[in-house]
Amino acid sequence: MERRRIIFSGSGGQGVITAAIIFAEAAVLYEGLNAVQSQSYGPEARGGASRSDVIISDTDIRFPKVIQPNILVCLTQEAYDTFSGLLRPGGLLITDNHYVRQGGKVDAKQVGLDMYSSVMEAIGRPIVFNICMLGAFVELTQLVKKESIMKVLKTRIPSGTLELNRQALELGVRLAKEFKQ
Amino acid sequence: MKKNVLFLQGNEACVEAALYAGLDFFAGYPITPSTEVAELLSYRLPRKGGKFIQMEDELSSMCAIIGASLTGKKTMTATSGPGFSLMQEALGFGVMTETPCVVLNVQRGGPSTGLPTSGSQGDIMQARWGTHGEHAIIALTASNNQDVFAMTVEAFNLSETFRSPVVLLLDEVVGHTREKLILPEPGEINVVERLKTSVPEGTDYHPYLPREDGRLPMSDFGHVHRYNVTGLAHDMWGFPSTNPEVVYELMRHLVDKIQGHTHEISMTKEFHVDEAEILLVSYGASARTALHVVEDRRQRGEKLGLLELQTLWPFPDEIVKKRCAAVECVIVVEMNMGQILHEVKRVSDNPEKVFLANRIDGSFIAPADILNILRIIQGKGA
Repeated sequence: MERRRIIFSGSGGQGVITAAIIFAEAAVLYEGLNAVQSQSYGPEARGGASRSDVIISDTDIRFPKVIQPNILVCLTQEAYDTFSGLLRPGGLLITDNHYVRQGGKVDAKQVGLDMYSSVMEAIGRPIVFNICMLGAFVELTQLVKKESIMKVLKTRIPSGTLELNRQALELGVRLAKEFKQ
Repeated sequence: MKKNVLFLQGNEACVEAALYAGLDFFAGYPITPSTEVAELLSYRLPRKGGKFIQMEDELSSMCAIIGASLTGKKTMTATSGPGFSLMQEALGFGVMTETPCVVLNVQRGGPSTGLPTSGSQGDIMQARWGTHGEHAIIALTASNNQDVFAMTVEAFNLSETFRSPVVLLLDEVVGHTREKLILPEPGEINVVERLKTSVPEGTDYHPYLPREDGRLPMSDFGHVHRYNVTGLAHDMWGFPSTNPEVVYELMRHLVDKIQGHTHEISMTKEFHVDEAEILLVSYGASARTALHVVEDRRQRGEKLGLLELQTLWPFPDEIVKKRCAAVECVIVVEMNMGQILHEVKRVSDNPEKVFLANRIDGSFIAPADILNILRIIQGKGA
């Protein structure tokens, strides 16, 4: 596979860092790939634009940070404004329509999805917004299988909320499929 | 059998390794970016019958692991630069009393409280000379999870073998980056157990009388032998002495037991060094960027190699000298203002051909930081 450099961004509390960890862990534990994940710490991780970098590859990964992502996920306007300029030309930009108004200047495949509003409508719990995003992300990128994400969720979250997360993941997959059509 | 693959932070890999190496006792005062080590051990260690104590500060943490070690336990503490500063007095006590223990310093930007959440390699010389007086010390480092595991086990092994505190110098980037760790099976990596005295109860035991090979078998403090432990210069009984002959022998022993075994302690990794014309010398997280540049440039036909240092102290003079002699120029890659650069210049036959690529602003050193220096050296302009 070709190496992919990804930035997940949003604001502290939206769960973008958790989502990045779940994705990277799925790649390593259930897909036999290499992945390296890091994140911003400190004041910027508590409110403001928070980001997590993931590099995924089938070969060894040396430099662990992302300078120019192939894929960028932005869940807030501030994150979009801060990071969209970093995207490699022709990359993939995934945003949430409730939070982000995409400008037309970015040389990228722009995918705006109604993730937040669909989560609130279908599930009513903003806590699984990040998992819905992951569902859309894996459907759009095909980097790991959604089943691998579910395997990680089973080990990482309380069993009582697993069904909620599964619904959110499927919702994200569906939104991405609809977009592709 | 299927390998046990984990996905975790460098700090967590360090904890797995410490438990693998037989850690019994941890005392510490949590500090960013080493906090995960204390956090994880606080519940992992008691579950295997060990002791975890959150101390009032770093001074007492260091003292506690020395005391516990003397009673026969494998011990460690974890901190970052500000805490490492506070540990220096007791680190010297550990050196003087020849007490095995592991001191993890996950480096962040300094001086003082500096940059709590940013990577740095500013404590290299502090590990060497932070405590006062002539002495030798062992310091190891690592650049990825698999090596963090191996070097942590090695830190415990060397501390037991040489009866010395061993400083494990990681950094924020290695400590916090999540990646794969293939957990070694029990027995896959050698674990050194403490050399204990065969002197029976009721017979005189000399705690500081080296055997012919320089090693000092230990007796669990408070068990069958009564002996003295002091930070003062001491004789073979452990009692204070100002006798110049006794002091001279002690000083020689303290330094020679480590400096005289540099070849055994020196651990390095080499990447494409045999065909290299330009050699990068690096360690810890910086070595990841250096290796990225080496592999990238080799695809374009440029003859770059990397010598990654895993042992920083005692400095691996012979290996570095030999590798420097075989190339046209050397670039030391580190996140400080040249702490290892000066060591490389010291051992190189051509110190004027040793250059520095560094970063000191809290940003992780990027390939461009090395390539900029490379371009100047290759005469391609800045």
